[in-house]
Amino acid sequence: MARLKSMLLDESKYKITVPVIAILLSFLIATLVMILTGINPVGAFKALVRTMTGINMDQLFTDKMFNARYLGEFLTTALPITMTGIAVAFAFRTGLFNIGAEGQLMVGAMAASIVSILLELPMIIHLPLVVLSAAAAGAAWGFVPGFLKAKFNVHEVVVTIMMNYTALHLSNYVLKSLPGSDQVKTVKSLPSGTFQSDFLKALTNNSRFHWGFIVVILSLILFWFIIEKTSFGFELRSVGFNPHASRYAGMKVTRNMVLSMMISGAFAGIGGAMLSIGTFNYGRVLVGFENYGFDGIAVALLGGNTAVGVFLSGLLFGGLKSAQPLMQANKIPMEIAKIISSLIVLFVAMKYGFEMLLRYYAKKQLKEEEQ
Amino acid sequence: MNTFYSIMTLTLIFAAPIIVTGLGGLFSERSGVVNIALEGLMMIGAFSAATVTVILEPLTPAAPWIGLLAGAFFGALIALIHAYASVDLRADQVISGTAINLLAIGLTIYFAQIIFNQQRTDSFSRGLVKTTIPVLSEIPVVGPILFTNMYLTVYLALLIVLATWFVVYRTTFGLRLRACGEHPQAVDSMGVSVRKMRYYGVVLSGMLGGLGGAIMVLTQDTQYTIGTIHGTGFIALAALIFGKWNPWGLLGASLFFGFSQVFGIYSNDFEILQGLPQEFFYGLPYVLTIIALVVFSNKSVGPKAAGEPYDVSKR
Repeated sequence: MARLKSMLLDESKYKITVPVIAILLSFLIATLVMILTGINPVGAFKALVRTMTGINMDQLFTDKMFNARYLGEFLTTALPITMTGIAVAFAFRTGLFNIGAEGQLMVGAMAASIVSILLELPMIIHLPLVVLSAAAAGAAWGFVPGFLKAKFNVHEVVVTIMMNYTALHLSNYVLKSLPGSDQVKTVKSLPSGTFQSDFLKALTNNSRFHWGFIVVILSLILFWFIIEKTSFGFELRSVGFNPHASRYAGMKVTRNMVLSMMISGAFAGIGGAMLSIGTFNYGRVLVGFENYGFDGIAVALLGGNTAVGVFLSGLLFGGLKSAQPLMQANKIPMEIAKIISSLIVLFVAMKYGFEMLLRYYAKKQLKEEEQ
Repeated sequence: MNTFYSIMTLTLIFAAPIIVTGLGGLFSERSGVVNIALEGLMMIGAFSAATVTVILEPLTPAAPWIGLLAGAFFGALIALIHAYASVDLRADQVISGTAINLLAIGLTIYFAQIIFNQQRTDSFSRGLVKTTIPVLSEIPVVGPILFTNMYLTVYLALLIVLATWFVVYRTTFGLRLRACGEHPQAVDSMGVSVRKMRYYGVVLSGMLGGLGGAIMVLTQDTQYTIGTIHGTGFIALAALIFGKWNPWGLLGASLFFGFSQVFGIYSNDFEILQGLPQEFFYGLPYVLTIIALVVFSNKSVGPKAAGEPYDVSKR
């Protein structure tokens, strides 16, 4: 207990303790909300455990205890969210707020569908081309707010939000116009241009798990490498930290700003490919946002905008998202998972308050020890 | 000519929620707190108003008006979270606003499931009702546009524009509020609490955002769904920037955005526009918003201290 306490109050560990407190507090409040509205919270936690481990708590030690399909579906859901998480984290590290990952993901999904359906090429060329076109579309969508901010000083937050809605309607129109599409979806991707895999399906008891996970892992490594290990990444971070000093040091501030948004958009665009040639294997006409971009903001914030953090929080939010159908089946309004996610974002944003509180207790303890 | 009149009338009806919500944003940003939570606050307001209207409609004809009050009340309540995070805890205001937007999606549909057992509210049977004002509607041009088949909430919105202008530019409260957004240190040095002023600003924005959402659902929809607000809160934010943080500018910008939404509905009446896909008109208001922001970018200077937590030690 004493060790736990000293760990909590250790200032150098705030980076870990504050997010953990945020998570615990969010689950606590969500539990209270469920109890107050007459919902049994146990079912929600069982659904979350079953989603993230594949273990059914009601059937422990029977042959129905473990089902790999839940695990596969959970990882599949985590993939696009991790990609948008990387996108938002990358932008944050360079001092920009990319609220437009949602739209960048949608145009990425659209581009992946187009290239995967219309071109006939050997897989070794086709699949990389599909992924690159998704990245390029996302980058183009990120270019607009980056350029407008750098050139005209237009606030990137409002522009990216408007770009999200534009992406929604544009991609709906384009996807419906592809040959063979009906009102809600396109035809299936060609086998040479898809992440889908019978092997991974068989491995996870027929889930939708696909090869995209390799691209996500590579993206995480790339994100870490660019930001932490290259002088280009250093320059981007420096521009975000202090644009005036960077300009004085001879860095091209506006060019870097635009590049940051484009790279961020490219990551989100690849996230779109995770959906249209991975999870679903066809392009979908959407009625509204699916909040992959906003989940990405949550992932980036909770993960402290680092690669390892994004990886871990991508799993948590992936779990919360993919547990929703199971919650609904257990007669628990699935929006409780969304409430938990949003509370986590809120509490991470309030980190200054938690740090003050922890510091206060640390001081108090120090005084007691002195006496 | 009749089409022209009805386009103008509908423009006013579509602009009303943008105006009211944008004025909410004005109070918040003028006090120095950036509020991108307007979208979420509108959702909260719309859900509360729709729920109250559905429940009270069989009992009293005043149900939608009570719904409007409920929208304003719950909007203010949720805005308190934003105020606490960004004023007391110095949270990043854009992130805190994003959290409120996400929370609003979760909360409204969660409670819809608790109350109505589905992912939207039940439909209300009437909502607010259009009225034609006698005598005034006989005036040529102005009559058919302003006083025929109009919702009373449009007049309410215009009234709030006038009231906001008066409060912000003609009262001590308004002077202090504006000063908090420009130079909080100076306000503090005169013995006025920056914290209190910013709380007023954010809570007022919650009230007006909630009211805006309530007006929107009761005039443009038959029930609350996840798609009821569809970005109108963000458009209100854009209208605020476009209107240079001034009530009259905001009114003009809102009418422009209202018109761009109505335009799509009437596109079939014009021969040249019939060939264009429906998605073009869905996307148009958002594209126009970006263009408007670019065109007016160099002249739009917002409150200087907006977005920054007040730090006493910097005085």
